Amino acid sequence: MFDQSLAKTIFGRLTWESFPYHEPILVGTFAVVVLLGLAIVAAVTKFKLWGWLWREWLTSVDHKKIGVMYIILAIVMLLRGFSDALMMRAQQAIAFGPNEGYLPAHHFDQVFTAHGTIMIFFVAIPLISGIINLVMPLQIGARDVAFPFLNSLSLWLTVAGALLVMASLFIGEFSTAGWLNYVPVANLQNSPGTGPDYYLWSLQIAGLGTTLSAINMVTTIIKMRAPGMTMMKMPVFCWTALCSQTLAIAIFPTLTAAFAMLMLDRYLGFNFFTNDLGGNPMMYWNLVWVWGHPEVYVLVLPVFGIYSEITSTFTGKRLFGYSSMVYATVVITILSYLVWLHHFFTMGSGASVNSFFGIATMVISIPTGAKIFNWLFTMYRGSIRFELPMMWVVAFMLTFVVGGMTGVLLAVPPADFVLHNSLFLVAHFHNVIIGGVVFGLFAGIEYWWPKAFGFKLDRKWGLVHFWGWVIGYWVAWTPIYIVGLMGTTRRVRHLDDPTLQPWFVIAAIGAVIIAIGIAAFIIQIAVSIRNRDKLRDTTGDPWDGRTLEWSTSSPPPPYNFAFTPVVHDLDAWYDMKQRNAGRPKDGYLPIHMPRNTGMGVILSGLALVLGFAMVWYIWWLAALSFAALIAASIAHTFNRNRDYYVPVDEVERTERGRQPLLTAGA
Amino acid sequence: MSATNHAEESYGHGTKRSYLIGFILSVVLTAVPFWLVMTGVLTPAATAITVIAMAVVQILVHTICFLHVNTRAEGGWTLIAYVFTAVLLVIMIAGSVWIMYHLNTNMMPGMTTGEVSYTP
Repeated sequence: MFDQSLAKTIFGRLTWESFPYHEPILVGTFAVVVLLGLAIVAAVTKFKLWGWLWREWLTSVDHKKIGVMYIILAIVMLLRGFSDALMMRAQQAIAFGPNEGYLPAHHFDQVFTAHGTIMIFFVAIPLISGIINLVMPLQIGARDVAFPFLNSLSLWLTVAGALLVMASLFIGEFSTAGWLNYVPVANLQNSPGTGPDYYLWSLQIAGLGTTLSAINMVTTIIKMRAPGMTMMKMPVFCWTALCSQTLAIAIFPTLTAAFAMLMLDRYLGFNFFTNDLGGNPMMYWNLVWVWGHPEVYVLVLPVFGIYSEITSTFTGKRLFGYSSMVYATVVITILSYLVWLHHFFTMGSGASVNSFFGIATMVISIPTGAKIFNWLFTMYRGSIRFELPMMWVVAFMLTFVVGGMTGVLLAVPPADFVLHNSLFLVAHFHNVIIGGVVFGLFAGIEYWWPKAFGFKLDRKWGLVHFWGWVIGYWVAWTPIYIVGLMGTTRRVRHLDDPTLQPWFVIAAIGAVIIAIGIAAFIIQIAVSIRNRDKLRDTTGDPWDGRTLEWSTSSPPPPYNFAFTPVVHDLDAWYDMKQRNAGRPKDGYLPIHMPRNTGMGVILSGLALVLGFAMVWYIWWLAALSFAALIAASIAHTFNRNRDYYVPVDEVERTERGRQPLLTAGA
Repeated sequence: MSATNHAEESYGHGTKRSYLIGFILSVVLTAVPFWLVMTGVLTPAATAITVIAMAVVQILVHTICFLHVNTRAEGGWTLIAYVFTAVLLVIMIAGSVWIMYHLNTNMMPGMTTGEVSYTP
């Protein structure tokens, strides 16, 4: 008896039974993860890279490296999220009639929850943050972001959240309540396990990182633009980043508050979202969707910016309708806040509420449509170069427009009453998220990869990557639109009607085609690294770009620009090239830069321990890590050794080192 | 970093007079609702409306007198950010109240969850 209570004090509710050693799928996954992990650790140790990893990457406050690490995190999590997708597709392709499939219901519920949570919070958001981090300071001619340490902390908090989600795979279980952890399923009485707690803690930690990062980016754009760059001379990508991150600052507190109230419900017996004692589950839906709909635009706006930059570069023309693009972005920013109820038309609001939100939703398609026409008119009579980034843009326009139209269809409340929670809806949002956000992020990665690493990505494997995703998307989701229209509901593990099976089999084939695309992407990166000398970008401007990031070397020096550029025109670098503005060759000055710090990693590590301890009710560890978190934060404020000057001779050496490359390239 | 344009920095600074005006207004705007509630001179509904109205006015007083939000601070960005926040807050709160009122009436007939009952 004593032993049991002692174990409970030390380990909370964590017991041997919490480890799913009786589930062969999970044991197999765990074995693979452990082997891969050991291989990486062994390789890093063998090549004595630990010190380099710590000094050059983990503690870095350089916005370019932080951007790259965000993207690495996102790609790793994409593999996890996509495995979940494959599992669901396989289950739904076989589970008909007498065949129950291979996933038990409880496991299937965790898989679809984890898939949605991971794809939005740990793939899409980190990719957006990563590309904004990498590109935006270069585009506005800045040397780093406004708060470099905060940037590092934001990244590592996101990583901590991702690790906590991953831990739920092997220790305990994940939520079964859908990607926003819906009540009443996530209430304590319905989910007494660790699932919703893992969800809540990992998203609170990662959400903090996203909010801080958004504050950082907005401040950087407003305060650190190069002289001469007025708001209306700012590249479109920076405008869209500004609007997207402003939205993020506005909405993430709502999500945090909703999650905090659910935490109080689950931990301290409050009754915000319970069914009785005055609680109201519908308020939770209301609050998470106040976050949820604008979040779609947090993701898609920067991607619209990416498409704009690419279209303009690869057609060799100034973007058609720059100011209308900016105004459309701002209008979407406000309108996106007026539509959230369309996610729960069927929850019981009256006709007046439903028609207001339905019309507001339809109105959003106007500024979005304006953008599509702007891109089309930019391409009209341009000399289009169909490099990989431009191919993604065309694929996006063809795919996204269909998603947009089904979206307007779903915005009609009577139609939504038929299609709500059907697979038609699921197909719609995958259509806009894959066809809009994911395609755009791949376009951005193809486009800015040479800037980040100094060599282009391999075209042949890039084509496989491209066609795998584009064909795979259509094969996987067209049948889902069809069965959805016929009334199949989402999140279903087993279906009785065998006539539906062929559609699900086609969808599974589509998922496999996408898997080929993903594999080609990884191979493309590996092949490009191997052939990097052949693919080298010596000029810093491999695509004949138009904005400031192409004016510096590839990869840029840590300080980005030896001299802060002065901007006279919208496409600043194009303007400089037209005027044959030369590169300054002497008169360098020392450059003021932020110093690396490991505090971001340490604080996030403590946050991770805190989250884990709270999930498992290990109160002593939670108290300890919380105290350590506060103490370390306070201690960091006394760290005055935060900046240094890059000496003139080092700047000189770096800039001279670029000259032979430029000469060779020309 | 050096890219920051130091010439643009212009934080709002308060004067003794603005702080004093803010303080007096805040005291008045706090005391009057207390007095209304404790004496009950108005009807309950009128009291509630007055208290909410004074709370909103007090927010504005704090913003102008204590947080120094004006058209000049930070080149107008402070004001823009403030107005944006206000718009979003109004949309969110008004929208949520409207939605939840509908949901309560349509989905929970007979229950008064979330509704204020004015019993004297």
